[in-house]
Amino acid sequence: MNSELSVKSGLHDVIPTTFGYIGVGLAFGIVSRTSHLSLLAILLMSLVVYAGSAQFVITSMLLAGSPISAIIFSTFLVNARMILMSTTIAQYFRRYSSLANIGVGSLLTDETFALGMNKLNYTDHQLNLRWFNTTNIVAYLVWAAASITGALIGNLVTDPKKLGLDFALVAMFIGLLYLQLISDRSKKLLTQLTVVIFVVVALYILLIFMSANAALLVATLLGCIFGVVIER
Amino acid sequence: MTRYIFWTIIGCGIVTVLSRTFPFLLVKNFSLPKWLIHFLSFVPIAIMTALFVENLLIPHQGRLPGIDLENLLASLPAILTAIITKSLLAIVVVGIIAMALIRFFALA
Repeated sequence: MNSELSVKSGLHDVIPTTFGYIGVGLAFGIVSRTSHLSLLAILLMSLVVYAGSAQFVITSMLLAGSPISAIIFSTFLVNARMILMSTTIAQYFRRYSSLANIGVGSLLTDETFALGMNKLNYTDHQLNLRWFNTTNIVAYLVWAAASITGALIGNLVTDPKKLGLDFALVAMFIGLLYLQLISDRSKKLLTQLTVVIFVVVALYILLIFMSANAALLVATLLGCIFGVVIER
Repeated sequence: MTRYIFWTIIGCGIVTVLSRTFPFLLVKNFSLPKWLIHFLSFVPIAIMTALFVENLLIPHQGRLPGIDLENLLASLPAILTAIITKSLLAIVVVGIIAMALIRFFALA
C-alpha cells in the first residue's frame, strides 16, 4: 500500500481481498445451488443484497420457508454493523455530492471498509472517489462472478473447503487488523492492543448469551466505548 | 424463481442498501459531535478484531464457546507472515495454503 489514490493503486490494493471474495463467493454459489435456488436467484441475490454472511442466512431461511418479514429482519441484524462502518468512512466523503456518497455507500463491505481505513494511514488521512470506487466495483464484480461460478460448478465440487479458500477471509481480517495496528499513529499501540484484548474477551463472554451476529455488534460497540474511556 | 424468493431478495436488498447509505447522507448533512467521532475512531480495530476472533470461536448457547482448532492453527502462519512481510497478499496466500495442508493432513 502507498500514498497514491489512483485507479491503478485501487486495483493494486484490492487484489489480496479478491481471494476472500472468490473463496466465499464460490462457497455461497455451491451452497445455494444445493439449496435449490436457481442461477438467476443466486445472481440476483449477489447483485442486490451483496453481503456474504447475510446471503447464507437468507438462503437457509428461504429453504426453511420463513416469512419474508422474518428474513428481512434477520438480514437487517446481520448487516447492522454496516451502519457503524458507513458512519465511520462517510466522514472522508463529505465534500462529494449526495449521489457520489450513495454510490460509495451502496457497495461498502467489511473488506473495502477495512482497506479504506488502512489506506488512510498512508495518505495523510485522505480518501477519494476514484480509489474507493475502484476497490468497491472490483470487489462487487468478483463477488458476483464467484457466486455464479460456484452455482455453475455446484454439482461438481462436493467439498470446496478442501482447497482452504474459505480461510482467505479470516487471513484477510488478520492482515488488515495487523496493518491497522502498526500503521495507525493517531493512537498509542498500547491503547489499541488493550482494545483488541477487551473485544476478544467481550466476544468470548457475549457468545454465551447471544447469537454470533449480535455478539459481534455488541462486542464492537463495547470495544469502542472502552477505547474512549481508557484514552481519557 | 418464485415471487416469494424474488420479493425476499428485493426486501433484503433494500434494508441492506439503507444500512449502507443512510449514514453517508446523515454525515454529509450534519456535523458529528466530537465524542461520536472519537467513539468511531475505534470502530476499525474493534470490528476487525471481532470479525477475526468470531471465526476462532464455536458458539454454544448457554455456555462458553469452543475453539475452532483448524482456523486457530491456520491463523498462526498467517500472523507470522503479517509480522514478517506486512503484505496482505502474502498473508492471504500463506493462510489458504496452511488451511489446505491442515485439512489434507487432518491436523485439527
